[in-house]
Amino acid sequence: MATSESTNIKKIQVRRFKPDENPTSNYLTEERGLWAWMTTVDHKKIGWMYLGSIAIFFAVGGILALLLRTELLTPAQTFFTADAYNQLFTLHGAIMVFFFLVPSVPAALGNFILPLQLGCKDVAFPRVNLLSFYIYVVGALFTLFAIFTGGVDTGWTFYTPYSSSAAGGNVMAMTFGVFILGFSSILTGLNFIVTIHRMRAPGLTWNKLPLFLWALYATSIIQILATPVLAITLLLLTMERLLSIGIFDPALGGDPVLYQHFFWFYSHPAVYIMIVPGFGIISEIISTFSRKHIFGYWAIALSSLAIAFIGFLVWGHHMFVAGQSSLANLVFSFLTFLVGIPTGIKIFNWIATMYKGSIDLKTPMLYVMVFLFLFTIGGFTGIMLGALAVDIHLHDTYYVVAHFHYVMVGGMVMAFLGGLHYWWPKMTGKMYNEMWGRISCAIVFIGFNLTFLPQFVMGSLGMPRRYFNYLEQFQGYHVMSTYGSYILGLGFLMVLIYLTHSIFKGKKAPANPWQSRAMEWQAPSPPPLHNFEHTPVIIHGPYDYHKPMSEFQLGIAGSHNGHGHHEHETETKTVEADK
Amino acid sequence: MEQPSTLEKKQDHLQHHFVDSDQQFESAKMGMWIFLVTEILFFGGLFAAYIVFRSWYPELFLLASDHLDTFWGAVNTVVLISSSLTVAMAIRSAQLNQQKGIIINLAITIALAFVFMVIKYFEYTEKFAVGIFPGGYYTYEGIAHDQANIFFSIYYMMTGLHGIHVVVGIGLMVWLLLRARKGHFSSEYYTPVEITGLYWHLVDIIWIFLFPLLYLID
Repeated sequence: MATSESTNIKKIQVRRFKPDENPTSNYLTEERGLWAWMTTVDHKKIGWMYLGSIAIFFAVGGILALLLRTELLTPAQTFFTADAYNQLFTLHGAIMVFFFLVPSVPAALGNFILPLQLGCKDVAFPRVNLLSFYIYVVGALFTLFAIFTGGVDTGWTFYTPYSSSAAGGNVMAMTFGVFILGFSSILTGLNFIVTIHRMRAPGLTWNKLPLFLWALYATSIIQILATPVLAITLLLLTMERLLSIGIFDPALGGDPVLYQHFFWFYSHPAVYIMIVPGFGIISEIISTFSRKHIFGYWAIALSSLAIAFIGFLVWGHHMFVAGQSSLANLVFSFLTFLVGIPTGIKIFNWIATMYKGSIDLKTPMLYVMVFLFLFTIGGFTGIMLGALAVDIHLHDTYYVVAHFHYVMVGGMVMAFLGGLHYWWPKMTGKMYNEMWGRISCAIVFIGFNLTFLPQFVMGSLGMPRRYFNYLEQFQGYHVMSTYGSYILGLGFLMVLIYLTHSIFKGKKAPANPWQSRAMEWQAPSPPPLHNFEHTPVIIHGPYDYHKPMSEFQLGIAGSHNGHGHHEHETETKTVEADK
Repeated sequence: MEQPSTLEKKQDHLQHHFVDSDQQFESAKMGMWIFLVTEILFFGGLFAAYIVFRSWYPELFLLASDHLDTFWGAVNTVVLISSSLTVAMAIRSAQLNQQKGIIINLAITIALAFVFMVIKYFEYTEKFAVGIFPGGYYTYEGIAHDQANIFFSIYYMMTGLHGIHVVVGIGLMVWLLLRARKGHFSSEYYTPVEITGLYWHLVDIIWIFLFPLLYLID
């Protein structure tokens, strides 16, 4: 940031800039109208557009889930044909993974929060940011086209030879759509890495970086390193269908296991793309609502990077029964256990943060509690599945389905909802209804467990996943699971209703409703178009609750950041900001 | 750090969200380097497929490689390496404020890229003429191996994707040339030239790996 300086310490004249309460001019009141929104390069509006899109896909994927759960009420055919059922679970998986989970936290919440936490005006490449949104839209259109021209029934993994020669429907449009989508993810990751490296406000050193940003940084590294491999894999698969190139299709001399290696080289790290940003949200919320410095800052920050690194070495555990060598199985099984270490470090540090804290169980914190409970179950069952001998029994059963729903819905979606509630006042300038927030959280928790706990039981008893018909002995579990999914759906619907209601009728939110020390809360709610009217200067870490609030609201004295004016007059003082 | 003195003389090219020109330049350069990393992983998948299939059918690769024209492949290697030199010279001209140098060097680079594509076009059409198509459309009978089509699938995928990158590079450099003619670049601001140059070097390096792996293995 500095143009030329010889020392690591620079003296800057600063003064306090108290954030305005409910400014009349903010990013929502400027650049209005549909066209202005569609062509905006403002990271906050792009975040909103992502949020709207992923909400739509979450709804579509959720409805598909309810339909397929309904079909499973009886052991034989209930409503749908077997082929329709295959399409339902394929689309549910593909939409939820590629169109909701992967972009959910980084592209929607991350886009909004990252520049605010860095104290800068926008991401490093605002136009690339907008481009990545439109790439997402084009990928989504291809997928919708695939759905309406025959659908896809390969499972979300597009395994060959289902996807290369056996499948009906329009696999090519679907895989090409996901191929395009990948570039959106790559560009977002690229943008975030450069922004974190180059755009930090004066004084914001790496050891003061909010843990949400450490998590996004780790996620971005996975995005740029893993997603290109998915891109080439899906391109080869598309070519397999178009030109029969014979790389993956066994009928043409290709190797279907090679496809699985390629696919999981992306898709295993991709589950960390989905969950690691969630970890970042948990760190932010847990410190804010315990009113206490985060315990083990560096341990949490570096464990995100450790997960990103180890995540690249474990893809083979998806292929224990796919014809991999025994030695490879052994090594992958061992490496899989290693993922448990950084994840465990995080869990223990979060618990330690709460210890002797002054815990306030507002809705975001409630979601954190739900997260800790469900994610721990999801994590431990993951260790069990990583154990070679156990996996041979549990492979492709409902136990696996339950495991990744505990991690992805119980972990990731709860973290996402926690983050959404936490930053909602900043994003909208409105407060949601606290009571309805808590009630919905409880309903989601009950519905979730009722849906997926029975799946652990029936999976361990041998119920295979993706089956249309099943033995009558499993019906009780299936019925319980289906009713649970209705309750879960109701919970999500309630969240949608009261959040939407709050936009129009909610109470106005103060700039810092949670009294957090993090940078994004030192901007007004909602923030102005360029986030801060001054150049923020950061002298304390974002979790230093023992320091007075005034020391978190500093900015360069006399600077107007090129936009607008500020009337607050306080005495200036000199601080030493680390570079 | 934002100083009042730098605020006063903000240049046209400086985007609103950057503090100064250096920050903008460093960001753009870092962004391009990261993009190049993603490109390497993208091609990495193809190289992995190449390794797997070559270890399965070593004799196929030796047989099929004979049908690639080493001479024209070598010519193309020289052409691309020369174009890397000229694009580097365009960057140097920009750093030294030599407007004419930027334009001439970019024009030569574009011309060399076209030469590469023309040679590639003749290589492809020559193969299509005898029925060497990718995958399922392969009809050539001159190679005594059942999986000969897979070698050419890999060949077409690798060189085809590389060719697309060359075409994109030509497009970028035509755009640079138009801007250079309007005098947009100087020693103060030459970021687009610099990062396009980085991209072009990568395209060159990938070819330097493709050439021996496909043409020179007999």
